[in-house]
Amino acid sequence: MSADPILEVSNLTVHFQNRRSNPFAPHTTVHAVDDVSFSLPRGSTLGIVGESGSGKTTAALAVMRLGPITAGSVKLAGTEIAGLKGEELRLVRRKMQVIFQDPYSSLNPRMRAGQIVREPMDLLDVYDRSERADRVAELFAAVGLRPEQESLFPHQFSGGQRQRIGIARALATDPEIIVCDEPVSALDVAIQAQTLNLLRRLQKTFGYSYLFISHDLGVVQYVCDEIAVMYLGQIVEHAVQVDLFRRPLHPYTWALMSAVPSANLAEARQRRVLLTGDPPNPIDPPDACRFAERCPFAEEICRKTAPPLRAVANGRKVACHLVSDDGEAPQHREGLEGP
Amino acid sequence: MSAPAAPVSRPGSPTLEALRMLAHNGPAVVGIAMIATIVAVAAIGPLLYPVDPYSIVAAPLSPPFDEFTPQAPFGTDYLGRDILAGIIHGARPTLLVGAFAAALTVVIGVTIGALAGFYGGWIDQALLRLTEFFQVLPPLLLAMVLVTLFSPSLPTIAISIGIVSWPAAMRLTRGEFLRIRQLDYVKAARAAGARNRRLIWRVILPNALPPLIISAALTIGVSILFEAGLSFLGLGDPNTMTWGLMIGANREYFLDAWWPVSIPGVAIFFTVLSVSLLGDGLNDAFNPKLRRR
Amino acid sequence: MTDKILSVEGLTIEFRIGGRFFPVVDGLSFDLARGEMLGIVGESGCGKSTTALAIMGLVEETSGRVPAGEIKLNGENLLQTSRRRMRQLRGNDVAMIFQEPMSSLNPVFTVGEQIAEVVRLHHGASRKAAMDHAYDMLCKVHIPAPEKRLHQYPHELSGGMRQRVMIAIALACGPSLLIADEPTTALDVTVQAQIFDLLQELRDATGTAIILITHDMGAVAETCQRVLVMYAGRKVEEGPVEAILTEPSHPYTSGLIRCTPHLDRDPPAQLPMLPEIPGIVPPVTELGKGCPFRPRCPHAHARCADMPPVIPVSANHGAACWLQEEERAA
Repeated sequence: MSADPILEVSNLTVHFQNRRSNPFAPHTTVHAVDDVSFSLPRGSTLGIVGESGSGKTTAALAVMRLGPITAGSVKLAGTEIAGLKGEELRLVRRKMQVIFQDPYSSLNPRMRAGQIVREPMDLLDVYDRSERADRVAELFAAVGLRPEQESLFPHQFSGGQRQRIGIARALATDPEIIVCDEPVSALDVAIQAQTLNLLRRLQKTFGYSYLFISHDLGVVQYVCDEIAVMYLGQIVEHAVQVDLFRRPLHPYTWALMSAVPSANLAEARQRRVLLTGDPPNPIDPPDACRFAERCPFAEEICRKTAPPLRAVANGRKVACHLVSDDGEAPQHREGLEGP
Repeated sequence: MSAPAAPVSRPGSPTLEALRMLAHNGPAVVGIAMIATIVAVAAIGPLLYPVDPYSIVAAPLSPPFDEFTPQAPFGTDYLGRDILAGIIHGARPTLLVGAFAAALTVVIGVTIGALAGFYGGWIDQALLRLTEFFQVLPPLLLAMVLVTLFSPSLPTIAISIGIVSWPAAMRLTRGEFLRIRQLDYVKAARAAGARNRRLIWRVILPNALPPLIISAALTIGVSILFEAGLSFLGLGDPNTMTWGLMIGANREYFLDAWWPVSIPGVAIFFTVLSVSLLGDGLNDAFNPKLRRR
Repeated sequence: MTDKILSVEGLTIEFRIGGRFFPVVDGLSFDLARGEMLGIVGESGCGKSTTALAIMGLVEETSGRVPAGEIKLNGENLLQTSRRRMRQLRGNDVAMIFQEPMSSLNPVFTVGEQIAEVVRLHHGASRKAAMDHAYDMLCKVHIPAPEKRLHQYPHELSGGMRQRVMIAIALACGPSLLIADEPTTALDVTVQAQIFDLLQELRDATGTAIILITHDMGAVAETCQRVLVMYAGRKVEEGPVEAILTEPSHPYTSGLIRCTPHLDRDPPAQLPMLPEIPGIVPPVTELGKGCPFRPRCPHAHARCADMPPVIPVSANHGAACWLQEEERAA
């Protein structure tokens, strides 16, 4: 891992108080994100994967300071931003931008495409006033849109083109880090490939750092250098791409991978369903392993104490009592090699 | 389920699209034509028909289109004043009261609704309680109190109507703000460095406008009716001829003579109808589901 | 095939766009045997959902029309049957489940009432018998604690359970055909796997034929025997899953398979760029004559200005591409 992380998140926690159904009902707290730490090396991509309720989007919004933070620290290029307010917070947004999931709701329907891309430069006062029009043109070219499309309104674009506008907007202020929140999950497969390649090309050319949120393991594998797997508000495993997919350690990661449909027939036909039921809600979770209820290997200790995220072989991290320090997981012990 | 692929390259801004849609809506066009006629009467009618609506021109309660009173084609009221003159000269103040009261309603309602919907939390709760306070009071009663307090004149009547009728606009605005506030483009604008003021007035409000415009159009009609109601109860401005005042003044003679009440009543009916037609047309025009594919 | 339950022949469906009718589905033909699972794959706007609507007899209700073709279900032409008969068939012989189970369930009735309703409507069963049947159905779709779920409302269930309820409703009257339109797109991947297993299990148990409409080749690989690939309203390729996945014969099919970032369980340190299909699906209003994939196709040549027919590759595998003919000639 590089010594110079652009983003360092420590012990990030986001809790939501549930509204009580009546004044006598007990307070319940949703532990959307619980004590999450990770760092993102400059110029690389960190993926956060998880199912619904895993807290991946809440964590991303908190890091972007677009959602609440209950506790923890977020350092952007060495500067603490978790406590920033008002004008200070506004101006730090030059350095961090976001690409949203839904290309239909993320563009203001009443603004022209060119204005949408220009707005961050105007509001955050980046680039000289005289240079901004050129910058917009440059960005349009970089994301593969035609210059005459600057004067069109969002509804006049296809979904893929709209996502390109969103990407151009995120690049406008030359940010240090770009959070991509499920940027392709609303797009058709052919358009997904175009968009993913575009994101990778832009990173290669301009050296952007991406925090990439997705539920799709195939997509994450394709764009990320490192991956953190989240389950019910916590990171359960964190490793570089090759390690994670060749040999998932946490039983959840392993089960998740086995559930992904494969276009490889041999793999597809031998897939087994390893998890039953839906992922539960992170409401007042017990002080134990949160995956224990669904885990096929759970033992006594798993239901009693919460496993910390600890380093095991090859500098990877995993939060499981049953994974040994030299990186042997329960599924390996039981001879259930690779999903 | 997917509908067939939407055709691309529809030109123009969302507003232009809506206006084009409006131009193809028969009832709305009729409404616009009626409004144009009424406004024209209000603007230049008094010049073309310079009969003083207060002067006595014939015997009291002369019927309309009577061969003995050609000087008063719509007949006369209980004092012998020309009803046509009243309709023409009363149009301007009637419309002004309606428009001004509607504008005030929208300004108060939108401001309070926008702040409540945008900030949420205790601000929202406090403003909601305030709104409920105004909602539980019978509006006509409150308006009567206000008008009596400030002595009846056109401006105080319009202001009173505005003060009692904003809660509906507030709730509508608040609802739209709550909905739009959580859309990604608002988050995106914040990420782009927009301050709260910009988010409220430049990002969310323009997108919340369509239902507000419709409600504003309908509020004009309601305000005209409101003014008529106050005048009917004898709380109109006695020095300004309005349609409501004409109805109020002649109501006791209705059983002997229908026209001094019914003719201004028909004028009010058509005015309210025309803004309703326009309001419905705007509703359809701004509703993307009804747009042609 | 003797036990053919569905046969679609030359189906064309048109929608009104800006005052003119455009074909959203154009000359589509396919068959389905009893107990078979067919995947219809394509991008949004390719006509796969519209085809499903036509089989359900619901095209007219969405301002469309069917100017040509026939849809035969158990030998009965659905396009010529009365509305009344169609209402009988819907739910009874052909049923459908949708992407978003929450919006397809009625929020003010319990799960049990909604399943029982369908049974009562079609079989005139008594309230008691219908409720018993509803309980049986919930057991069949493996909902945990079925007696409790019977009396719960849709919002009290998780997404996966709601989709199971939808399947229970769809299969309550034992239809011979079930259409599943992107049934797992709104669900988590671990839940998706469970739903696919359930569909296969129910098909094996009841012999219901299933059409799975999806954009995901992986989902098809796991569940279906046969695939039909659609592009811009036309069938571009059809064949057994094995053949399509290992040797796709239409450039669109192979592009679609290769451009999807499939999970690699033994990846290199840095994955190569994805092969792209350039451009976008043309809107139906701008389709000319000829092969609709021509503007995006790497192999396009002069001949593609004429629409190629489906040319057989092998016994039950065909592709609508002129390359196929050249290959056979060579």
